[in-house]
Amino acid sequence: MSLAIERSWIGAAGGALAEHYRIITANPLGRIGFWIIVAFVLVAIFAPWLAPHPPWEMQYDSEGGFASLRSPSLEFPLGTTHLGYDLFSQLILATRTTVIIGAVSGVISIVIGANIGLISGYYGGKLDELLMRFTDILYGMPFLPFIIVLVALFGRKLEFVILAIVLIIWRTSARVIRAQTIAIKQRQFIIAARARGAGDLRIIYRHILPNVLPLVLLYTSFNIAWSIITEASASFLGFGDGETISWGGMLYELWLSGKTRVAWWWFAAPSLCIIALVTSLVFVSRAYEEVANPRLRKR
Amino acid sequence: MSDAPQTLLEVRDLNVRYATAEGDIHAVSDVSFEVRRDEVFGIAGESGCGKSTLIRALLRLLHSNGRTEAAALNYDGRDLQTMSDRDFREQILWQEISLVPQSAMNSLNPVYRVGEQTVEAIQAHREMPTAQARERVAELFDIVGLQADLMNSYPHEFSGGMRQRAMIAMALALDPGLIVMDEPTTGLDVLVQERILRRIREIRSEIRSSIILITHDIAVIAEMSDRVAVMYGGRIMEQAATLDLFESPHHPYTLGLKNAFPSIRSLGQAGAELISIPGSPPPLIGPQHDCPFAPRCPFSIERCAGEIPPARQLGADHQARCFRLDDVVELREQARHKRTWHSSN
Repeated sequence: MSLAIERSWIGAAGGALAEHYRIITANPLGRIGFWIIVAFVLVAIFAPWLAPHPPWEMQYDSEGGFASLRSPSLEFPLGTTHLGYDLFSQLILATRTTVIIGAVSGVISIVIGANIGLISGYYGGKLDELLMRFTDILYGMPFLPFIIVLVALFGRKLEFVILAIVLIIWRTSARVIRAQTIAIKQRQFIIAARARGAGDLRIIYRHILPNVLPLVLLYTSFNIAWSIITEASASFLGFGDGETISWGGMLYELWLSGKTRVAWWWFAAPSLCIIALVTSLVFVSRAYEEVANPRLRKR
Repeated sequence: MSDAPQTLLEVRDLNVRYATAEGDIHAVSDVSFEVRRDEVFGIAGESGCGKSTLIRALLRLLHSNGRTEAAALNYDGRDLQTMSDRDFREQILWQEISLVPQSAMNSLNPVYRVGEQTVEAIQAHREMPTAQARERVAELFDIVGLQADLMNSYPHEFSGGMRQRAMIAMALALDPGLIVMDEPTTGLDVLVQERILRRIREIRSEIRSSIILITHDIAVIAEMSDRVAVMYGGRIMEQAATLDLFESPHHPYTLGLKNAFPSIRSLGQAGAELISIPGSPPPLIGPQHDCPFAPRCPFSIERCAGEIPPARQLGADHQARCFRLDDVVELREQARHKRTWHSSN
């Protein structure tokens, strides 16, 4: 492909970004969601500078007393754990873990899901049969037990948690994008493109993909949201990465400490963060859904 | 004129079958025709007669359950049948044979600007810098009567007639030897239709591409084409030079078609009433043993069931498939009367 085309691609990409911003923010909830996500991402990027203390370091108050199970105060804005760890610092550092898990598994899973959906839907026949039956098998996998088994086998590491999430989560995106691909490949402009001598790959990625893009973006945000929830669940059950603090991991430590009934601040912060981030992603998805399914717009 | 052979496209005994759960559909059977240099070859017929399948087979755009067989399929001296899909796509499609697809209205990808799509089509086949390709597109837009700055519009900003013209511009992009136009004016209002046809005629005077014009509209065929093939039930029933076909039609189906279309000249005259052909096209499932038109033909005789009439040469450039070609004078006379077609037998 010539340079000139790539240049026009970059120009188009800039225009497309502005267009996506417009789509998301046209919807009031989408706007709120968008800025909450931006805030979390910024916190994730600057986490090491924002967190006042390391996550697992015992804290002492200004009078020198051991700061165990302190409720929120000026000194410890979100309180402390029974071992005197600063929850504010933990929360900020955990944001980074969660955002990484969400972004990485969300993006990898949509890349897998979209490609399998496009290829399966476009070629049809035996290949489609094979890929879709494989997807069906994944639908038969219970999500959490699968992750628990995988992590138990390979170890409690962030990579394996992400791998486990990705292996399962692409299934829905693949199915939905396959269905849309089948609908679009029958459209007249695809036949016209083929009559112009376009090969399979060009048709798939140049002509069909841009037409399923709203759906791809919709499922990207779904996948990110699901990854975050899944990671939190796995961590809460003790199958997260033991070396890295995460929101689910914070709740797990709370559970282990047995102080659930006493330390309300301990579960409030991570829970609210999970809810806020996942809800924001759903809001953004809704904004995309209006593009993918314009009938929703009038309501 | 030149020493190049007169025949550009030669199709001999082309058959297309679709495999379905209920059996093979014989969508196109024993079709033979040729397209000469610098001519418009019209293919007429009602919906479901196999016109679109025929051109899809020529362009290798059939669905995966379609199979094509032919005794000969040559373009400009090259055997298309032995050509690999890849070679066909890279050397023939669009470069030599281009298509203005049916319902060109929906043939533009909604997410790309119209000019961008045309540039893409050019660059898919030619090494050409984008700036130069865009110049070419501007030139093409000018040929089809679109302003050059419309290149930067999206398809939804175009009217139906504009989209149609954009599709024609795309088809012209690489100076193909043959342009296939599948129902180029269907779905457009008469004024736009007239303008498109006039534009096609003007283009014809500028470039020397041959055109296969496919339509169910006899009037368009009569106006545009040099020679015509009339298709029915997947077969060419009659084929002749246009004037010849309309002045001395031989096949009962052609006679019926002529009755079913209004003509300004005969308006108000006795017998100017439009007469439809009752019935509908035959199902094409399974092997065929009868003349496909027999069930609707008021002139059918015993032979018509159980035997398919062979194509018979009637003149240098005139063929028809019918067992009663010798009675044509009598048939023409009877075909003028409504009771012939609409008797309650």
